[in-house]
Amino acid sequence: MPDTLVQRLVDNVATALRDLAAGEAVDAGGRQVAVRGVIPFGHKLAIAAIAKGERILKYGQPIGRATADIAPGEHVHVHNVESERGRGDQAGGDPVP
Amino acid sequence: MSGFLGYRRPDGSVGVRNHVLLLPTIVCATQVAHNAAQMVPGVRYVGHPHGCAQIGDDWAQTMRTFIGYGSSPNVYGAVVIGLGCEALSANICAEGIRKKTGKPVELVLIQDAGGTLRAVEEAARAAALMMQDAAELQREMCDTSELILATECGGSDGCSGISANPAVGWVSDRVIDDGGTVILAETTELIGAEHLLAERAASPRVRERIYEVIGRYEKAVLATGHDMRGGNPAPGNIAGGITTIEEKSLGCVYKAGTRPLQDVIDYADRPRTRGLVWMDTPGHDIDQLTGMVAGGAQIVAFTTGRGTPTGCAIAPVIKVASNSRIFERMRDNIDFNAGTVVDGTESVEAVGARLYAEMLRAASGRLTRSEVLGHHEFGVWRIGPTL
Repeated sequence: MPDTLVQRLVDNVATALRDLAAGEAVDAGGRQVAVRGVIPFGHKLAIAAIAKGERILKYGQPIGRATADIAPGEHVHVHNVESERGRGDQAGGDPVP
Repeated sequence: MSGFLGYRRPDGSVGVRNHVLLLPTIVCATQVAHNAAQMVPGVRYVGHPHGCAQIGDDWAQTMRTFIGYGSSPNVYGAVVIGLGCEALSANICAEGIRKKTGKPVELVLIQDAGGTLRAVEEAARAAALMMQDAAELQREMCDTSELILATECGGSDGCSGISANPAVGWVSDRVIDDGGTVILAETTELIGAEHLLAERAASPRVRERIYEVIGRYEKAVLATGHDMRGGNPAPGNIAGGITTIEEKSLGCVYKAGTRPLQDVIDYADRPRTRGLVWMDTPGHDIDQLTGMVAGGAQIVAFTTGRGTPTGCAIAPVIKVASNSRIFERMRDNIDFNAGTVVDGTESVEAVGARLYAEMLRAASGRLTRSEVLGHHEFGVWRIGPTL
């Protein structure tokens, strides 16, 4: 069983296909990534450096924007990614930068 | 096997089940329907809190759902039960089913019958007679082109877009290539993936409609003043690795396979074309499933990553696990494991072919887990205030 799945070449995240432990080196679409922190099964890790404000790409499509700088191997989830859609909390305010 | 054993109906449609249905059009008749159902083993009934103090589009949509549900090809005949003074008149519903399908329909009104006991007696007797007649009907070989397959995902996780939804997408393509119809639904869970469907729109009008229904939904979300995250994706989706609605939608849309999108239809409406059709429904599992079945879908492929037990009173629901862990943990509720794709032991194509065969078996009479366990959930998408 592969460690992770990268769905499209342009993606900057991979999906963990098992629970990944901190410090282990995993294969992510042909590149080696050192896992930072625990990545639970089905969750995402960065496979490239992602700057704050940059788009997260999965399935070759944008799934949101980084709210902090994310290093390769880091858990990518609700703590560092926000949605660009259905943001009633921002309606009427400034659009997402 | 490219066909299935089904029941031919007077209106030319083909059912995969042969149910007698007790259908209350008003909450006040739900207890009578329930009590009558206890007296006639094997009869199906649904309960709901709707049917009164409704007007306009909301009235019309609820009535369309009731009539569509009773008109389902999976229903042999229906006993429609009303109180007698409600907004969603049982008379209109019964007449609607009769006119649409020509199938046996009986009407019971509690106020006319003279109370609960008499209404229960009337409804139970009507259902009992229908059960006898229904039992005489034989299954016959039918073509897969007669199928309307409803697709749904509920309790999605980070694997849904890798395994279960692509496997259902494979089945969708196959059913469409067979000449059949597939319904994609849950508009909320297509926010962020609508551009992919727009590229596959069969006409400029369909393309316009896609952005229209998505826009209306998103506007309603914005009007709440809240971030939709937490409602959708739900806490369970998030625990399963889904981060945003875009990510959820991009995984969800795999259920629709790769064929052109022929039409966008309203909730509980019958598809006007064959092929792939998008029904405008909420993401709410029960409301959307009821809408698709009321639209004529005979069978449902329902993917899940977190596990869900829900079913339908009149249609087989095939539960497809996105990962092997949940398949093992909730085996009582889940029919099929697509998690082998994630395990790396099977391809999407192989799982899709297996699921297609499983669907035809269920269409031919093999009971699904939700049927065996008596999961008869029912819900109506309300679009107006209760007065």
